Amino acid sequence: MEKQSDLLLDIQHLHTAYRLNGKFYDAADDVNITLKRDEILSVVGESGCGKSTIAASIIGLYDHKNTKVTGDILYNELNLVGLNESLFDKIRGNKIGMIFQDPLASLNPLMRVGDQVAETLYYHTDMNEKERHERVIELFNQVGMPKPEETYSMYPFELSGGLRQRIVIAMAIACKPEVIIADEPTTALDVTIQAQILDLLEDIQKQSHSGIILITHDLGVVAETADEVAVMYAGQVVEKADVKTIFNNPLHPYTRSLLNSMPQSDDTDEDLHVIHGTVPSLVNMPREGDRFADRIPWIPASAHEKEPVMHEVEPGHWVRCTCWKTFHFDDSEASGE
Amino acid sequence: MWKTVLRRVLIMIPQVIILSILIFFLAKMMPGDPFSGQINPNTDPKQLEALKRAAGLYDPIPVQYGRWVGNLFKGDLGTSYIQHVPVTSLIADRAVNTFWLALLTTTISYGISIPLGITAGRHQDEWQDQAVQIFNYVTFAVPPFVFYILGIWLFGFTLGWFPISGSVSPNASGFWGTLGSQIYHIILPACLVALITTTSIVQYLRTGIVDNKVEDYVRTAHSKGVPENVVFRKHILRNSLLPIASSFGTTITGLLSGSMIVESVFSYPGMGKLFLDSIGQRDYTTLTALILIFGILTLLGNLLSDIIMSIVDPRIRIK
Repeated sequence: MEKQSDLLLDIQHLHTAYRLNGKFYDAADDVNITLKRDEILSVVGESGCGKSTIAASIIGLYDHKNTKVTGDILYNELNLVGLNESLFDKIRGNKIGMIFQDPLASLNPLMRVGDQVAETLYYHTDMNEKERHERVIELFNQVGMPKPEETYSMYPFELSGGLRQRIVIAMAIACKPEVIIADEPTTALDVTIQAQILDLLEDIQKQSHSGIILITHDLGVVAETADEVAVMYAGQVVEKADVKTIFNNPLHPYTRSLLNSMPQSDDTDEDLHVIHGTVPSLVNMPREGDRFADRIPWIPASAHEKEPVMHEVEPGHWVRCTCWKTFHFDDSEASGE
Repeated sequence: MWKTVLRRVLIMIPQVIILSILIFFLAKMMPGDPFSGQINPNTDPKQLEALKRAAGLYDPIPVQYGRWVGNLFKGDLGTSYIQHVPVTSLIADRAVNTFWLALLTTTISYGISIPLGITAGRHQDEWQDQAVQIFNYVTFAVPPFVFYILGIWLFGFTLGWFPISGSVSPNASGFWGTLGSQIYHIILPACLVALITTTSIVQYLRTGIVDNKVEDYVRTAHSKGVPENVVFRKHILRNSLLPIASSFGTTITGLLSGSMIVESVFSYPGMGKLFLDSIGQRDYTTLTALILIFGILTLLGNLLSDIIMSIVDPRIRIK
């Protein structure tokens, strides 16, 4: 049993619905996940599966007029759902840091990067201007900026993609947050830079004993960095386990299909596995039965639960629906259809 | 940054030379000459020829151009065909009037449009935004002269708040009395021009705010815990003011070149009215001088815009 204080985020029955043409549609549908201290939790899934919706819900950054969030997001027993904006501003950037996908777009083009990092400190610490400057230089050293002093007064357009992402990371960790949410932090970067940034995130997590939610569609990134994995499909978590279990003993058909679609370096002559169909759009998403059923049509309907729920198949390993028991890949595909 | 400014000034030199050549040839192509207005049935053609020769009208074109440019540098823009006074002094009086009108117009115009643009952008699609949009449609769609005449009718005739023509009252005396009277005369035209020049500024600002609001860096600022109103002021507004800053130079020179319609409607002795009058009277010397000045003002306006942009936008400042 973990101590209570090790639990940083406890997300229970999270529903996040967006208004489209006057109706609300759940983009995150009954999501239950937890984040512990010293843990990297990876949320994986295809585009449009609701990964970023979870990030936006946690940090409270969504269009309040057209989004409805219900359920509980408990951060140290404080419920972030429906939290007053001015209270939330004391948590954002201070207790919860956020790293975004596109490091150029995430930085204000008209502000010196050092000042952008210092802005976080201005709102959450009592430091004076000189102390803030020193702390920014310290952070730049920590995130591996080659020339911290010179970089302080540079503008985003003067820096490379990798360096910009380091600035964004410095901004997110400036106040030593307990929770860091990284939304596709390496997607916009070169492969070589990706590895450096992931190493940096791991270092930061080890030093600060924070918990990181790493949102990605890249299973390579998951394998390299994550401790726990939540696989999402169509707004729902379909499988949840530690990283070894996910890669060695995946059960849910979607997890297995995803892993099967991953290029393997040792077999170069075989075509990649393609998952039949596409993720349904928010409006067309099936709201009853197994949402993945349409994409594995060769599995008989009787194999799916009517109202699929999460089952704990072994300690700490949760799978939605029971169709995994009879799941097999489509044979016709192997014959090169 | 000074390098950028210097480079831009150097680029202007060939532009001014080309402009002056174009204007000179245009003037040459126009019918008539300085003596056309003085001919009567008793004029001796031979005497006229001698006058023209003495004035250098039969010299080779490049020589004439050289003389014209030489005179320009001495501040001599020629003599008006119609008014028989040096064009320089004719324009100088009008330029001062236009300058004050332009200054007041610009102040009022930006003073109205920036708050309106901010309101519309912040309250996108709400009633405040819709009210500003209606204001914009009206000021954009109603022809300026209709606007001016309505203004004169309402505030000049009906309410009698403001004078409706001229630049100063003949009864004004003393420095302060004259200044007061001058300001009193330009308030109504300045307000009316300001109202119809707000459209583009309001629209630029509103669009800028609406677009920037959803930019990633605004989300980043929120994720740092920066309070809403600071995010707006420091991140959204600053970026949204860029297009306005870039159009500021040309807007101000546009006004300095004289608002022809408003100056005509109000019989205000400024550059715009002088220009229209000169066309009507075929006063070519004045016309060429004015076109040259307007051309140079346009170039200076662009220069001013570039300088402002390089101050506010680091991407332009740092190459």
